[in-house]
Amino acid sequence: MTFEETRGAALAREGRLPPERVALVDLLDRLLAGGVVVSGDLVLSIADIDLVRISVRAIFMSIRESAPIRAYEPVRGYATRPDRDSYEPYEPGD
Amino acid sequence: MAADPGSGTYLYAVAAEEGQHRGGALPRGIAGGEVRAIGRAGLVAYVSSVPLDQFGEEPLRRSMEDLDWLEETARAHHRVVEAVAREVAVVPVRLVTVYSGDAQVGALLEERYEDFARALARVAGRQEWGVKVYAASGDEADEPGERRGRPAEAAASERATGGRGAEEDTAGEAGGAGKEPERPGTAYLKRRQQHIRGREEAWRQAGARAERIHGALSSIAVASRRHRAQDPQLSGRPESMLLNGAYLVDRERGEEFARAVEELREPGGDVQLTGPWAPYSFAVLDDDGGPREELT
Repeated sequence: MTFEETRGAALAREGRLPPERVALVDLLDRLLAGGVVVSGDLVLSIADIDLVRISVRAIFMSIRESAPIRAYEPVRGYATRPDRDSYEPYEPGD
Repeated sequence: MAADPGSGTYLYAVAAEEGQHRGGALPRGIAGGEVRAIGRAGLVAYVSSVPLDQFGEEPLRRSMEDLDWLEETARAHHRVVEAVAREVAVVPVRLVTVYSGDAQVGALLEERYEDFARALARVAGRQEWGVKVYAASGDEADEPGERRGRPAEAAASERATGGRGAEEDTAGEAGGAGKEPERPGTAYLKRRQQHIRGREEAWRQAGARAERIHGALSSIAVASRRHRAQDPQLSGRPESMLLNGAYLVDRERGEEFARAVEELREPGGDVQLTGPWAPYSFAVLDDDGGPREELT
């Protein structure tokens, strides 16, 4: 994803990244932890945190078990570890 | 099937009616559905129909475990939100929010008009930027043969080793009076300790650098939020992520923000800019129990 490192200012002038060039891991940060959660006559929303957790763990496991990630492809998945229920970032220096 | 009980209404985003999307056709939505606008009470909801045999509760529980399905769905959701956000202020909705029908979405717009209006006012004229800061590779395990990519575990086990090393070291000195001041093993342990201390110091500095960057960028942004660090195995980078920040920035300050990111780069660690994004990380209704307390 070196284009992100070198083209920040250019991107600002151009506007948005084409959706297909967005790394899935960055997208899932936003789609699974962002966006408004509305209640009401829902059929279903993955705002249900348990469902998200189940899924996130499954994502992680499927990445580990599947073939090596192809270098040209955005990495798939969401930040988690199989041995933790919550996914707090590592705090350096503690 | 006259009432089409087999379909639901998938909600992507909500915008204000006066800024209604006027551009060309919106992209196809989830499952190839045609995206349409439902206007009510001065708001517009962007929706498409989805088959409930795929988007009912039980099918979704299974589908969410399917990475290919999740990627396809996430990208389709994103395409629609982006297309709307290019033209109007928009409040994106959480992935996979499905209503039983258009009438329920219309009712939502009426009932929550005030909340959506406030949420729209917060993000209007603003864009989200993402900034990820990685530890320099030198901040991590740098001995040959040591595992890379799991510095948290590596550091923990190193600390444990360091603790034992210190005890042995003391015992060695107490029992070693009159002998050579440093046996080879002791010297090795001391080097290990220095190495460990050096690395912990490097970690502290890396963490402090991430805090400085977050602080500097937050001062340009109108709001900021920290996402969880991405696991090295998922980010595709061996270094640990020290900061996974989201920043809501006035549109006219976007260039300034991108420049600030460039200037915050240092030799000792990588900084990545992504965006601009639709304001996913800052789309919050006032009473939905969302991350409002995290917003600064």
